[in-house]
Amino acid sequence: MTGAYRRDGGRVWLEGREVDFRSPEDAQAAGVVAVYQEVNLLAYRTVAENIFLGREPRRFGLVDWKKLNAGARAILDRLGLDVDPEATLGSLNIALRQMVAIARGVSFGAKVVVLDEPTSSLTEHEVSILYGVIRRLKGEGAAVVYISHRFDELYAVCDRVTVLRDGRLVGTRSLAGLERIDLVCLMLGKQRDELRREGATAFGHKEREAAEAPLLRAEGLTRGRKLDGVSLEAGRGEIVGMAGLLGSGRTETARALFGADPVEDGAVFLEGQRLDLDSPRDAISAGLAFLSEDRKAEGIIPELSVRENLTLAALPQLTKLGVVSRAEQERIVEKFMKRLGIKASSADQKIRELSGGNQQKVLLARWLCKNPKFLILDEPTRGIDIGAKGEIQSLINELAESGLGVLMISSELEELVEGSSRVLVMRDGKCVAELRGAEISQDSIIHAMAEGGAESEA
Amino acid sequence: MSQATNIKRAGGRVAGLADYAPTYGALAALVLLFLFNSVFTPNFFDVNNFRNILLQVATTVLVATGMTLVIATGGIDLSVGAVMAIASAVAASTLGLGVLPAVLLALGVALGAGLFNGALISGFRIQPIIVTLALLISGRGVAQVVNDGKIVLVGDEAFKALGQGRLFGAPVQVLLMLLVVAAAIFVMRATSFGRYVSAVGGNEAAARLAGVRVHRTKIAVYAISGLLAGVAGVIETARQGASDAPNMGLNIELDAIAATVVGGTPLTGGRATVVGTLVGALIMQMITTSFNMNGIKYSWSLVIKAAIIIVAVYIQRPKLA
Repeated sequence: MTGAYRRDGGRVWLEGREVDFRSPEDAQAAGVVAVYQEVNLLAYRTVAENIFLGREPRRFGLVDWKKLNAGARAILDRLGLDVDPEATLGSLNIALRQMVAIARGVSFGAKVVVLDEPTSSLTEHEVSILYGVIRRLKGEGAAVVYISHRFDELYAVCDRVTVLRDGRLVGTRSLAGLERIDLVCLMLGKQRDELRREGATAFGHKEREAAEAPLLRAEGLTRGRKLDGVSLEAGRGEIVGMAGLLGSGRTETARALFGADPVEDGAVFLEGQRLDLDSPRDAISAGLAFLSEDRKAEGIIPELSVRENLTLAALPQLTKLGVVSRAEQERIVEKFMKRLGIKASSADQKIRELSGGNQQKVLLARWLCKNPKFLILDEPTRGIDIGAKGEIQSLINELAESGLGVLMISSELEELVEGSSRVLVMRDGKCVAELRGAEISQDSIIHAMAEGGAESEA
Repeated sequence: MSQATNIKRAGGRVAGLADYAPTYGALAALVLLFLFNSVFTPNFFDVNNFRNILLQVATTVLVATGMTLVIATGGIDLSVGAVMAIASAVAASTLGLGVLPAVLLALGVALGAGLFNGALISGFRIQPIIVTLALLISGRGVAQVVNDGKIVLVGDEAFKALGQGRLFGAPVQVLLMLLVVAAAIFVMRATSFGRYVSAVGGNEAAARLAGVRVHRTKIAVYAISGLLAGVAGVIETARQGASDAPNMGLNIELDAIAATVVGGTPLTGGRATVVGTLVGALIMQMITTSFNMNGIKYSWSLVIKAAIIIVAVYIQRPKLA
C-alpha cells in the first residue's frame, strides 16, 4: 500500500483517485505514512531532525535550526506529547520513538497512518499514550490502519476490522457487535458450526490417566511482555497440547523450557529436580528435546548430510577421545531412517534436498536417538505433506505410549483436540485456560483463545 | 493409526559431481596448469623446481589451513600475518633461553592471540572482520616493539634448521605442512569437533538448539588459526635467518583467504575442504612460478590470480534451493 513492495496486481485509491506509489517516499508525499514495529529513524539525530529529515527548513542554504525545532515542537504539542525536540532520538525509549515516527508522519500532513503492531514493544502506560495519539489523529480527520493480533487493542481503538489470512482477505466487519469468538473463527478460517468435526488426524485415543507425579513442571516462567508467569505440568505418557494465536507466547514458553532464551523469573522441574537452564545444552543433558517451529532457520544444517544432521545432538555419546565412531553412527542412522521411514537417496544426501516431511523426520530422529524423557514439539506438522503429517502424528502418539512426556504446540485445532489429553491455551503471554478430557473441543479452544478464560476478561 | 503409507518421494538427486564442483574445479585447474607448464616451461620437471614450489607454498598452506576452519564457521581471520610477525619477534628475541623455550613461547603467544580473537568474537559478538582487523593493525606494531624496531638476526643453527633443514631428504617445513594438512583432514572428517565447525557455520541457531557449544567451537577455530600462524611465523624466521617485523607474513591473510576460497570452502561457511585449500594454494603458487620461469612480469601473475579468485567464487555462489 505504501510502495515498500511492488504489488503484482490490484489497485489503490486515495480520496477517490487511483494512486500508484512506487516507493514509500511517493506514498508519504501523498499523505500515506507507515510506522513499523522496528522504527526506522536515525538514532543519533535529534527528534526535530528526524521529524523533518529530508525537508529541513533552510536559510541561506543552511539548516534553520530555530525554525526546525519550533516546527517540531508544534507538531509534538498537537499530538499531546511532551518530548524535547532537541533530544537525541536514541536517548528516548521505544514508545516515544514510535511517537516521533508518527509525528513525522503527521508533519507530512498524513491522511492515512499505518501502524504495524505498534504495541509489541510498549508497556501498558506507553500503550495508553499511543491510544491518545491515535484518537487525536482520528479527531483531526486522519484515517488510521492499525495492524495487530491483540484483541484487546483492536476493541479499544478500532471501529472496523479487516481479517487477513495467508495473504487473502477474509472479511471486514464492524467491531461493534462482533463477538470475539467470531473474530477468532475468521482468523482461523473456521465456521462456528464446523468446529465439532473429527477424524482428520492420525492420532489415536486421547484419554490417558494422569500419571503419579508430573514428569515436567514449570512455574511462573516470565520474560518481558512475552511470557507472563506461565506454569504448566505434564506427566509421563501424556501429550499436552498448547494452543494460542500467533504471538500469544507459545513458542516463548517452549524456548524458555528448553533454556534457549533466558527467563527473568520462574523455574523448570524434571522428575522433581530443579533444572539449571543456561543453554539448550543443559536442557538436553537433563533429557529434554525441542523441535523448533522454524525448520529452516533453527532446525536443519542445510549443507550437511542426513547422517550428520540426524546425529548432531547425539555426537557426545558417539565420540571417544574426540573421534566419532563411524560404525556406531551408521547403526543409529540406519535404525532411525528405517523406523521413521525417512526417504533419502542415501544417508549422505544433503538434508536441504529432502522434502519438508522428511526433513522433519530427520530432526525428530535427531532427538529420539538420544532417548529423551520429554519432547517439546513446536508445530511438528507445519508445512509438510499430508502423508508425512499422519506418520509424524502417529509416531508422537506411539512415543507417548512408550512413556515419554510430550508438549505439543500447534495451530491445527484438530491435531490438538485429537492428540492431547489436556490442552493449555495461551493468550498475551499467559496460560489462560486448561482444558481436559471431554472439555476439549475446537469450540472450547477457540473460546479460550478469544475470551482468555473466565479470570482474565479485559 | 497411520493412514499414510507413502510419502511423496523426496527430490532424491544422487549427490553428483556438482556438489564437489569447486574442489574438482580447483583440481582440474591445477592439472591444466601442470600440463601447460610441462609443454611451455623449460626445466619444469626439474626436481629443484618442485621443491621450490613446495617450499614457497608451505607457509601459506599452514596459515590457510587455520583460515579454512575459521571460514567454515562463517568467520574470517585477518590477523594471521600480524600474528606471524609477533611469533617471529618473540622467537627471535627469546632465543637466548634456548631453541625449545623460544619456540614454545612464540607458539604460546600466537595461540593466545587466537584465543583473544575468539573470545571477543564469540563472547562480545563483535564481527570477526573487525576484531581480527584490529589485531592486524596492532599486532605488527607489537612485534616491532618486541624487536625494538630493528631486524633481529638469528644465528642459532638448530633454530634455523626449522626453516632450512631437511628430514629424510625433504625440507622440514614441507613435512610439517603435510602433517598439519593431514591432521586437519582427520579433524574435519573423523572428530565431533569437525562436525561442530561445519554445523556452526551452516546454521548457528540450529546448532545451538542441538546442544552444540557454539562459543567454544568458535574460540577453538580462532585459537587454531592463531597457533598455525605462529608455526608459520617461526618457520619463516628460521628460513630467513632473521625476524623482520614490518614484513613478516605481510599480506599472507589475503593469500590464505584466496587459497581457501579457490579450494572450495565458501565464505559463508558451513563446509570446509582442507584438501581444496592445499590445491588452491598450489594453484596460486604455480601461477607465480610458471610466470617467473617464462620470464613474464610478476604483475601479470597477480592479474591472473585475481581472475581465478573471481571465477572460483562465481562457481560457488549459492544455488537457489
